Amino acid sequence: MAATQIASTTMSYRDAISKVLAEEIENDENVFLIGEDIGRYQGTFRVTQGMFDKFGPKRVIDTPITECGFTGIAIGAAMTGLRPVVEMMTMSFSILAMDQIINHAAKIHYMTGGQAKCPLVIRGPGGAAKQLSAQHTHCVEGWYAHAPGLKVVAPATPIDAYGMLRAAIRDDNPVIFTENPGLYTVMGEVPDDKDFMVPLGKANILVEGTDVSLIGYSRMTQVNLAAAEALAKEGISAEVVDVRSLSPLDMTTINASVAKTHRAVVVYEDWKFGGFGGEIASRIGEESFDDLDAPVVRCGGLNVPTPYARNLELECIPDVDDVIAAVRKLG
Amino acid sequence: MAKAKLEKTESPAMLEEFYREMLYIRRFEEKCNVAYRLGKIGGYMHTYVGMEATAVGIHHAIRPGHDYMITAYRDHPQPLLLGTDPVSVMCEIMGRSGGLSRGKGGSMHVYDIERGFYGGWGIVGGHIPLGGGLAFSSKYRGDDRVTICLLGDGAANQGVVFETMNMAGLWDLPIIFCIENNEFAMGTRLEYHAADTELYKRGEPFNIKSERIDGMDVIEFHKDMERIVNWVRKEQKPYWVEIMNYRFNGHGAADNDRELYRTKAEEAEAMKRDPIARLEKILLDRNIMTREKMEAIDEELSDKVDAIYEAADASPFPDASEVYDNVYTDIEPEKGH
Repeated sequence: MAATQIASTTMSYRDAISKVLAEEIENDENVFLIGEDIGRYQGTFRVTQGMFDKFGPKRVIDTPITECGFTGIAIGAAMTGLRPVVEMMTMSFSILAMDQIINHAAKIHYMTGGQAKCPLVIRGPGGAAKQLSAQHTHCVEGWYAHAPGLKVVAPATPIDAYGMLRAAIRDDNPVIFTENPGLYTVMGEVPDDKDFMVPLGKANILVEGTDVSLIGYSRMTQVNLAAAEALAKEGISAEVVDVRSLSPLDMTTINASVAKTHRAVVVYEDWKFGGFGGEIASRIGEESFDDLDAPVVRCGGLNVPTPYARNLELECIPDVDDVIAAVRKLG
Repeated sequence: MAKAKLEKTESPAMLEEFYREMLYIRRFEEKCNVAYRLGKIGGYMHTYVGMEATAVGIHHAIRPGHDYMITAYRDHPQPLLLGTDPVSVMCEIMGRSGGLSRGKGGSMHVYDIERGFYGGWGIVGGHIPLGGGLAFSSKYRGDDRVTICLLGDGAANQGVVFETMNMAGLWDLPIIFCIENNEFAMGTRLEYHAADTELYKRGEPFNIKSERIDGMDVIEFHKDMERIVNWVRKEQKPYWVEIMNYRFNGHGAADNDRELYRTKAEEAEAMKRDPIARLEKILLDRNIMTREKMEAIDEELSDKVDAIYEAADASPFPDASEVYDNVYTDIEPEKGH
């Protein structure tokens, strides 16, 4: 698109997020960051590095370790028109704030009959880092995507992280923006445009193919890209569909891909059972049945609390071999 | 000197206003109870009968429409006092299209954001951090609003309340936590739910000034609240107030088992503290109002409430097509079964 015409800079996924946070703080006096250790400590994953020194304690707020409380304070502030960006040290900790997110933020606009809005972003790393064990490794996006009133996005590339986070901050609805620890060092081109946005709710075809659609989001899109490359060597042409946004969900792009390839594998890091990949798979079944040459296959995380031992942890997360094995199931 | 100031706040005109407002709330809530029994109101509904002095005293201590207010589900009187169209309040309670939220909220979720009334919440204790957020916003913007955050004695045990108190104390948020201690967390008496029943003591560990005050004497209570609101506005610090009152009805309209947690004798004793009867006695003793005048006011208010109810009952139910409205500000949710 037009974005490729303008100047760009190569940077990491982490720096892309950092860049847009700083730009939006400068752009809108209502935007502030709030979370644990994001200021003086510079952020656990260093996404907010340098921001406290640059913007001060009014715009970069260190909180006590009380996820439910500070998320609720951010929601209350958002109801008056401020635009808080909440950092969850890991998305696993957002579970403590679920009452505030699902039972309050998601319902404010509806219960007030449109009187109040909740322009809030909750962002942070979700999914596996490296040996953080069972309590720090949750993929929470499916839980949130289940709740009407929330938008849920999971970008896989620096340019999408940059464009979608800005769109999320400027959105008048509560947005869950899930990152993945494994993505922070992924490099890519990011446009030099302080208004660049990627609209929420649009999937993206990263690689065109004709034989099978590999449908995923967040870090699994990177896995799908690698799998497509490996499959190409065997003469299998895989199309990589980066879902990017879980809610709203762009079924138009997904169905169009399936109409072309007639086969679909849905890949997600979250527990396979009851995870968001099941929603995508069932929707393809309902909406694209006549286009399918084989049942839709899900390739998800193992149904276990994530173990500590590195070999066991790796066993749990879908990798290139798992995706290829899933493709082979299609016959 | 102090005496002269007291006389001013107790002017006959003001006492008559207190009286009218408390009686208006009571008649409104009684009408709600009747409508509930008629099946015109569904779900959960919690009335304010017995606690009227608390709402009125607070209302006259704040700057209505300027200051922020948030509460749980005992939320009918606040918008009535703020000047919200009472028909739109009754419509909301009855789930009609003329309601403040066009029938999407109901009795527990009444909001008038324009007047600074932020509802209207159903999860006990869940709205407390939102109240903290309102006060945070005032501090962030440097305006001089005070946030009134009402909560019940039952809510005072929720973890998120302590989380919010800690941040309010830490960040000097201009919020007044008003515990409406009506002695019961639904069906559980204070002494069975609080390790220390003197709830006002809970402010101190968070560096929050606190006190316990009587919420049944509207004159004294109003003076107390005025003092506290002024202090918070000036000092820009939080306050934790334990307001002692009593609800005369059940927890909610669906609570038909009051004898499981309190005796009739106890209720009768509590009703001797009735804030309306108490003010009536003062008005009579001071020759401010005659019994006949009170009866005339009562008739006027009862007629008014009847008219509100009739107007609300004439409002249609929301159209089925509205079910998807306002899930998001800009898009529609996934549709269909």
